[in-house]
Amino acid sequence: MARINEHPILTPSSEATFPLTFQGQVIRALPGEMLSSALFAAGFRTFGKHPKDGSPQGIFCANGQCSQCMVLADGIPVKACMTPAQPGMRIEPLTELPSLPDRQTLPPTGEIETLEVEVLIIGGGPAGLSAALELAEHGMDVLLIDDKDRLGGKLVLQTHRFFGSINAVHAGTRGIDIGVRLASDVSEKPTVRTWLNSTALAVFSDGIVGVLRDDAYVRIRPQMLLAATGAREKALVFPGNTLPGVYGAGAFQTLVNRDLVKAADRLFIVGGGNVGLIAGYHALQAGIDVVGLVEALPQCGGYKVHRDKLARMGVPIYTSHTVLSANGAEAVESVTISQIDEGFRPVEGTERTYACDTVLIAVGLDPVDEFTEAANRFGVPVYTAGDADEIAEASAAIFSGKITGRQIALDMKRTSAPIPEDWARTTAILKSHPGKTIDRTAPTIQTTEDSANRTFRERETPRNDNARSDGELGASPTPDEPSSNGFAFPVFHCTQEIPCNPCTSVCPQGLIHIDEADIRNVPDYIADQVGKACIGCTKCVSICPGLAITLVDTRENVEMANVTIPFEFGDSALEPGQMALAMDVNGDLLGEFWVARVTAMPSNDRTVLVVVEAPRDKAARIAGLRVQEPWVGEPLPDVVRPLEDEDIVCRCERITAGEIRALIQSGMRDINEIKTVTRTGMGACGGKTCQTLIARLFRECGVPEEAVTKNVPRPLFVEVALGTLAGASANPQDSDENVNPTDPHSLDGKVQA
Amino acid sequence: MPAAWAMARSGLRVLVVDKLASAGQGSNKAAIGGIRATHSEPAKIHLGLRSLEIASTWEATYGQPIEWETGGYSFVAHHAREEAILKNLLETQKASGLRIDWYDAEALRERIPSLAPEGLLGGTFSPGDGHCSPMRFGHGLYVQAVKEGAEFLFRTEVTGLETDSARIRAVQTNRGRFEAPIVVNAAGAWAAEVGRMVGLEHPVRPDSHEGGVTEPVAHFLDPMVVDISPGPGSANYYFFQHATGQIIFCITPSPSIWGFDTRETSQFLPMVAKRMVTLMPRLQQLRVRRTWRGLYPMTPDGSPIVGPSKEVEGYLMAIGLCGQGFMLGPGLGEVLDRLVRDALTDDDRIVLEGLSPTRSFGGHAALK
Repeated sequence: MARINEHPILTPSSEATFPLTFQGQVIRALPGEMLSSALFAAGFRTFGKHPKDGSPQGIFCANGQCSQCMVLADGIPVKACMTPAQPGMRIEPLTELPSLPDRQTLPPTGEIETLEVEVLIIGGGPAGLSAALELAEHGMDVLLIDDKDRLGGKLVLQTHRFFGSINAVHAGTRGIDIGVRLASDVSEKPTVRTWLNSTALAVFSDGIVGVLRDDAYVRIRPQMLLAATGAREKALVFPGNTLPGVYGAGAFQTLVNRDLVKAADRLFIVGGGNVGLIAGYHALQAGIDVVGLVEALPQCGGYKVHRDKLARMGVPIYTSHTVLSANGAEAVESVTISQIDEGFRPVEGTERTYACDTVLIAVGLDPVDEFTEAANRFGVPVYTAGDADEIAEASAAIFSGKITGRQIALDMKRTSAPIPEDWARTTAILKSHPGKTIDRTAPTIQTTEDSANRTFRERETPRNDNARSDGELGASPTPDEPSSNGFAFPVFHCTQEIPCNPCTSVCPQGLIHIDEADIRNVPDYIADQVGKACIGCTKCVSICPGLAITLVDTRENVEMANVTIPFEFGDSALEPGQMALAMDVNGDLLGEFWVARVTAMPSNDRTVLVVVEAPRDKAARIAGLRVQEPWVGEPLPDVVRPLEDEDIVCRCERITAGEIRALIQSGMRDINEIKTVTRTGMGACGGKTCQTLIARLFRECGVPEEAVTKNVPRPLFVEVALGTLAGASANPQDSDENVNPTDPHSLDGKVQA
Repeated sequence: MPAAWAMARSGLRVLVVDKLASAGQGSNKAAIGGIRATHSEPAKIHLGLRSLEIASTWEATYGQPIEWETGGYSFVAHHAREEAILKNLLETQKASGLRIDWYDAEALRERIPSLAPEGLLGGTFSPGDGHCSPMRFGHGLYVQAVKEGAEFLFRTEVTGLETDSARIRAVQTNRGRFEAPIVVNAAGAWAAEVGRMVGLEHPVRPDSHEGGVTEPVAHFLDPMVVDISPGPGSANYYFFQHATGQIIFCITPSPSIWGFDTRETSQFLPMVAKRMVTLMPRLQQLRVRRTWRGLYPMTPDGSPIVGPSKEVEGYLMAIGLCGQGFMLGPGLGEVLDRLVRDALTDDDRIVLEGLSPTRSFGGHAALK
C-alpha cells in the first residue's frame, strides 16, 4: 500500500505532503486528504478494535455512514473517512469506547436558521446535477446539497469512458469528465445554489429537511424535495466479512480513484456486475493485481465488454462461484472460494484459497431511499431521480434527472412545455439491461478479390443484410483506397446489445452504423453499403468506451497485419520493439507479437493506441493485450476453511447470522423484536447494512416476506454533534483543549532521531 | 406486560392482546429507561420503590441482562423556583423512606463534575434510583410472563368489549372473541378508546415527547439528570448515560403537543441540544445518532388512573400512566395481581387510593 505516483488516467497531486502521526509513527498526508486515505497510503488499514469484542476495524463504507473507521484525532473520536488530515494531528487507534473530551466552556449557541427554497435537491451526482440544470432552464430557485467536497457524486470515481448515447449523455467521455462538465454547467446557473459538505440528516414531519452544512446545522423548507441520493452497496454475509480489507467497490474507488492511494496489492472481487468488473479494471490501472473475480451466476451480469476487457487483461473470472470466507487475523490475508451448484450451494471439493489483501464486495446496489420514504410518510412533496429511484447506469441517471427536473417544473407551473416523448424513450433505453449476445464469428482476412468475407455481421437479425450482398469495395474506389491489395477495417468485439453509440459518430467515412431508433443494437460495418473504404484513421478504436474495437490494417503488408488496440495503461507500459501478449475476446491467449507503435494523442483522451504486428489469420481475433501475469491468479496450495456461523450480519453491533437465525427459528417475525433482543440496527449506520441481510436470513429460513414486520425507520441519516444542533460555533475556543499546531519539522526530527 | 407476568406467576390464566407485532412495540420502546422512586405522591413512591427492586434485581434473578445501573437521579436547580419545589418535596420523600438529599452547587458538581457551574444553585440526588434498557426490560417481562404461562396474541386488535348486566364478559378482536371475567385496560395512549367500548369516558389523552440517543462514549455520567426549569418550547428535559455508553435524552414540550402523531419534527433536536450543552458543555461534541417521538397518556392531574370500575364489574383500569408506565409498571402489575386475587396489602391500598379512578382530578403532581 502506498500512493499511486503514476496513473494512466488520473494526475497524481503534486502538492507537498505534511506530517502527522499514527500511534506515534510519522505518516504524511496531502492537503485536504481524509485521514483514512493518509493511513492507507502509509500502509495502515486496521484502524482500531471494536469495543464489543476487540475485532479489528477499518474502512468499510468510506462514506461517513458507518463508524468502523473511527480513530482518535487529537483525542477526539472521529470518522477517519470524513475527517481531513491536519498537519501535526495525532491519530490513535480506537480500541475501546472513546472518552468524551471534558470541555468546560461552551461557545455561544445560536438560533438554527430556517431557509426557504423552491426546490431542494439532495445529491450532486449525475441525476441531481442534470435535474438542477433542467430546473434552471425554467428559472427555478434551486438549492443543491451534496455531502462531499466536490460535485459529481460517484462520477468523481469513474475514470472509464461511459456508454450511452453520444447525443444525450456524453457517451464516450470519462465519468470524471462528465462530472466536471455537469458541475461547471450548474455553476453557471444563477438560480442554482450549491452547498458542498452538506449532509441531509432527516426529512421531518413539519416539511423541514435538516442539513449538516460543514459544522453547522441548517433547516431547509423546500416547496419541493428532489431526492437524488444515489445508491448504497449491498453487503454480503460470510465468515470474515468484517475484517479490515473487506469493503465495497465505492470505498475502493474512493481510495484509489479519488485519493490515488494504492489501497491494495492483491485484490479479489466478489460480483461480476458492472460495478465489480469496472472496479477490477480500475485496480489494474492503479497497478493493483486482481487475483480473481467470482460471480454466483453462470454468467457475469455486467456488460460483456467490461467482462471481456477484464478477462483479456489477464484476470481470472470464476462464474458459478462464491466466496466462502475471508481469512486473516488482523486483516484480510486470503480468500476462500468454491464452485456452487444450481441451488447456489457450494460444491464440496472445489474450494480454493487465494492470497490477497483485499476482498471487494460488488454484489449489487440498493437505492438510498430513506428521504423519499420519510417525505412520502409525512406528505412532503417529493420526487426521486437516478439510482435513488431505480438502479441503472449513470448515463440513465443523467437523463432521469433531466426528466424529473422538467416534471417538477411542470408540477410547479413554471413551464408548460411537456416532457418530450423521446426523453422517456431514451431513458428506457439507457436503463435497459444488457440484451442478447450476438455470435460474431471472427473474420478471416482475404484479399480484395474476396471482399465478401470482409464484413463481419454474422448475426441473425435481418438489419442491413443487403450490406453484405454486392457492395464490392473495389467497385467504388475512393481517393483513400490503398493501391496495394491490402486494406484497413475495424473489428467489433462488441457482441452484446447495450445502449451505446459513440463509434457511429466518429467515422469520417460514415461506415459504422447503429439504428438511431435503438442504440442498443450492436454496430454494423457498412462499407459495402456506403461504397467507401475505411481509411484506417483509428478514431473508432479510441472512442469505444468498451475498448471493444480494434483496427486491422494490411495495407503495408498483406501477410502481417498491423492491429491497432486501445490501451488504457499509459504510453510507457509498452514500448515499440517489445513483445505483447495478445488475447482474444474471451481472454484466451492468441500469441506474442511485436509492438510496432505506441501512440498517445491528446484527442484520444488518455487512451493509448498500441499497434502490434500479427499474422493475418490471427489479426482480426486480437481483442486486447494482457497486462497481468498469469501467476497472479494462482491459488495457494492449501485451502483455508471458514468457521461456521460466525459471520457478522450487524457490523456496527457485531451480531452474527447465527444469533439472528436462532431468533427467527424460535418464531420471531418482527425485526423490531430482533433489534430489542440483539441491538441489531441500533449502531451508527442505523440498519443501512444489515436490514437487507436480515431480510435474506428470513428468506433462507423459509419465512415469507409478508409475515415479517420491518424495522421502524428513524432519523438521523448520519450522527451529528449536540453542539452543532445547538448552533454552537464549530471550533470551541477552549484553550486548554485546543491542540497546539505542532511544528511539522519537529515531527520530522522525531522520525530521524 | 408486568401485570401479565405478575398474574400468571400467581397462577391466573392470562391472555394479552396487542395490535402491534411483538412485545413492547407501543410506547414501551419509546421510553428512555429511567426508574425512580423519588416522586411526590405516596402512591407513586410505593410503586417506584417496588419497580426499582424488580428492575435492579432482574438480571440476578432471571439471568436476563437489562443493562440496569443504579446511577441515581439528580434534579438540578438554577432558579429559586426549582430550588423551592425540590426542597419542599424532600420532606415528603424522606418521610416515605427515600434516600434523597439536597446538594449545594459545589457538592453536586463533585457528584456530577460535567455540570456547568454557571448559575447552578444545587440539586437533589437520590442514589437509589437508576436506569436500564426499556427494550431489554420490556422484553424480559414478556419472556418471564410467557414462562409463567401467560399467552400473548400480537397483531390482534380489540374491536369491542362485551358486557352483560354491567359485568364484563368478553373481548372481541379481529382474531376472535375471548371470554374473561376480568379485563384489564392497559392500552396506554389508546386507553380512552378501549374505555368507550364499555361506555366509559376516561380522562386520558396522549401528548408526545421526543427522545434521542447518541453514539456511545466511555462512562462519565452516573445519574439521570433532570432539569425542571422551563425553557423556550420546553417544560423540562432529562438525560442519562446508558450502560452502553450512549446518552439517552428526552424533552417535555411546552405547550404540550396533543394527539397521536409520533412523527419526528425538526424542532426537537436544536431545542434539546441547546439546553443539554448549556447545562453540560462536555456534551457538545457527542454525536446524536437517532431520534424518535413517543406518547404520554396524560391525565388531568398528572397521576395514573388505577383500579376497578364502579360501572362495569370486572373491568380494571391501569391507564393514564403519564409517561411513567415504564418506571411504575413493574410495581403496578403486582398491585393489580393482588387486587384481582383480593390480596391487597396496606401499601397497595395507599396506591389505589391515590390513583383511584373516582378521585377528584383537581390537583397536580408536583413532580411529574
